Amino acid sequence: MKRRDFLKSTAVFVSGAVVSMSALELLDPGEVLAQNPELRWGFLVDTLKCVGCGMCVKACKIENDIPLDANVTRTWVERYVITKDGKVNADTPKGALNGFTSKLIDQNASGMKKIPDEDITQAFFVPKLCNQCSTPACVQVCPVGATYQTADGVVLVDRTWCIGCGYCIMGCPYGVRFFHPVAKVADKCTFCYHRISNGGNSACAQACPFGARQIGNLRDPNDPVAKAVLNQRVGVLRAEYGTKPNVYYIGLSKEVH
Amino acid sequence: MKGHVWRPLYVVIGLVACILIFRMFYVPSDFGIQERGYTFGFHRLSNEQEWKEFPAKYKGTAYCAECHTENSESIVNSGHGIISCEDCHGAAFNHPEDPEKLSIDRSRDLCLRCHFELYMPSSQRNDLPGIDPKTHNAGIECVECHNPHNPSLEDM
Repeated sequence: MKRRDFLKSTAVFVSGAVVSMSALELLDPGEVLAQNPELRWGFLVDTLKCVGCGMCVKACKIENDIPLDANVTRTWVERYVITKDGKVNADTPKGALNGFTSKLIDQNASGMKKIPDEDITQAFFVPKLCNQCSTPACVQVCPVGATYQTADGVVLVDRTWCIGCGYCIMGCPYGVRFFHPVAKVADKCTFCYHRISNGGNSACAQACPFGARQIGNLRDPNDPVAKAVLNQRVGVLRAEYGTKPNVYYIGLSKEVH
Repeated sequence: MKGHVWRPLYVVIGLVACILIFRMFYVPSDFGIQERGYTFGFHRLSNEQEWKEFPAKYKGTAYCAECHTENSESIVNSGHGIISCEDCHGAAFNHPEDPEKLSIDRSRDLCLRCHFELYMPSSQRNDLPGIDPKTHNAGIECVECHNPHNPSLEDM
């Protein structure tokens, strides 16, 4: 074989091999869809606007049939009171179902704590709900395929399939899951999937008089939530867990996690 | 080979067949790997539709305004215009059929959700008028003096 022929056939072989190698890499339709879907629900919480009235918690519980008196809730509001000595005092009496109608801070086992107004340097409210993470830890740990994520990003629980093992409740870094005392299954915020899928607003966002809660489509550049996430100084909770949360907070501070 | 050697194998084959037949009937046909892949999307597809059909209880201010035009207009210009009707009047459910009448929450506790005086310097709560319920006309309902649709006493 001449050197010219050798180089020629090598070039043909290599280019042919490259083509066939790329043909072997099949595209998973699910992967393509997940990369570029038209709809991805996201949530924006403006902590500067929240006054801690707790109407969101009440509306959520009634809308989603969560027993009012049971000590479980899909969403709640936390109060943070930071004093001059740098101490962070936080509480959420009954998840703020009835708002905050006392100056006393509930410190659980150590009782109620009274903080004089003049000692307070910072005090604010932070609403919490499911972050509908892009890589949800709660879904990964489900042994039976009862909890899952829809294509538009909402994590749901199949109540007929859940065996109530509680792995997901443990797995969630944000503690948003709980055991539903009536349905006897794991339960969590659904972003009011029944409302948003039918063109409505989530019950909590609708009940909020101050616009502290907003739900929107993160893939739509004209959506007010997407715009705020892109243009404003927003933060997410516990980013270090790598779950990629989709609830964004305006006015988040380091005391909140 | 003798029968006693093969018999356990038949039992195992029988067990596997039983499990497969049980699985065929028990696991719904739409259960499997959906759009989000095996890790996040392994579920029964029809459950998504079941959640979409969950009944909504709160109908929204626009729904109320369809009939109660006068009441919904009376609140618009007041400070309380930002509050959704159902926050005080209760969730509509299937009103006007069921329930025919909503029970309005006129309690002091409802007003205090926003108007209990708290010192919250880094929150909008400080901008709202606040009272101490122990000293501010204790014992009588707020609505006896303040009209919830036009709460400012100066405007009345």
